[in-house]
Amino acid sequence: MTDASSPRLHPKARLQRDDVRGRDVLLYPEGLVTLNATGVEILKLCDGTRSLADIVVTLERRYETTGLAADVGAFLEGLAAKGLVTYGP
Amino acid sequence: MDPKPLWLLAELTYKCPLQCPYCSNPLDFAGGRFRRELSTAEWCRVFREAKALGVLQLGLSGGEPTLRPDLDELIRTAHNVGLYTSLITSAYRLTRERLATLKAAGLDHVQISIQGADEETSDLVAGTAAYRDKIAAYHYTRELGFPLTLNVVLHRRNLHQVEALIRLAESLGAERIELANTQFYGWALHNRDALMPTKGQLDQAWQVVQRERARLGTTLEIVWVLPDYHEQYPKPCMGGWARAYMTVTPAGEVWPCHAAGRITTLTFENVRDKSLAWIWEHSDAFQRFRGDAWMPEPCRSCPRKAQDFGGCRCQAFLVAGDAAVTDPVCSLSPHRPLIDAVVAAVERSATTGQSPDEWTYRAAPASRALAAKG
Repeated sequence: MTDASSPRLHPKARLQRDDVRGRDVLLYPEGLVTLNATGVEILKLCDGTRSLADIVVTLERRYETTGLAADVGAFLEGLAAKGLVTYGP
Repeated sequence: MDPKPLWLLAELTYKCPLQCPYCSNPLDFAGGRFRRELSTAEWCRVFREAKALGVLQLGLSGGEPTLRPDLDELIRTAHNVGLYTSLITSAYRLTRERLATLKAAGLDHVQISIQGADEETSDLVAGTAAYRDKIAAYHYTRELGFPLTLNVVLHRRNLHQVEALIRLAESLGAERIELANTQFYGWALHNRDALMPTKGQLDQAWQVVQRERARLGTTLEIVWVLPDYHEQYPKPCMGGWARAYMTVTPAGEVWPCHAAGRITTLTFENVRDKSLAWIWEHSDAFQRFRGDAWMPEPCRSCPRKAQDFGGCRCQAFLVAGDAAVTDPVCSLSPHRPLIDAVVAAVERSATTGQSPDEWTYRAAPASRALAAKG
């Protein structure tokens, strides 16, 4: 993954609100990952057109902060290792 | 906090064109207990109640779920209420058009069984010529963009094909292959002597799995369901009784797992009479073995009890005759000799070159005959 690559959710994964437990989850065949609010924000930006660099800038503006690149990258790498996020050119 | 269910297995029908001798369906599936199948409206209510109760993952199974003509409507409802929906099918006579309809209805994932790595083995085990339909359906799922799981139940007659099965899944671009060593319930228990593998077969297959996992990395997930008779400790069955999982049978009975209906000392409720929430929280079948207060020794004082939950209640009932004792698979169980005897018998017959027993295919006439025998 580089700053120029464009992450997107793998088609097998689906974002879903879990009302009963008051959380958001990423569902996939035979499993799920619990997401925090930031995780959901990140994934909603992963549409396959925005580059990783764009996503980081968008989030940094939204939260009026800087230095998010490492955390966002690590979060997406974790999901990519499970095959839940893929990268386009 | 009380546990909430995450998983619902909806057994839509026990009708099935395949006749696999390892089927986990009840031996008496053709009997009156399961005859009056839930209507479309009843299933849709179950799905809504399940989501409200906390369920996120729905498995549509059977029997053969594609025999339900209302399957697309059931999937649409499940999808609309927010359930991640998996179709668990034999793919017999499953067309591309039907799969496309199910995709449009919101189906998320398709799991297709296969009984062997080649046509001859697969069709022999299934008792039905289904291999070609399966291969065709694998390709349809890829074309339509479904994540695909291959499921293979492993036993004495196909364990030697593990490598070829993994290569097949790889060549099809599947996400996952489940190599599920036979668990002995239902028809599998009835056919245990014919299906039980030798230790040597299992060791060899496990070597292949480890090697192939290293080769394939994240390209293909290889799930290996442990052959519990050959283990030292029991499996954490269903992640603990009534903790995360429920099964609804074709006629609406609700079970803590898909084998629990055989435990004659439990009372099961029906979604036609009670809400799913009430059944989950209050019914005898769900309450009886929830938590660890029911545990006898050696479980009660065992540090592993939070890990394996005492193993499987169904196995305790079916093998040891009492659902409230330690899973007889556990090496600490006083009933372990019952398991050892079965395993030893297979080893003996293998060393003397004796051919394995014939199995009884899972079919309605056999089901009725077995039920009549009691």
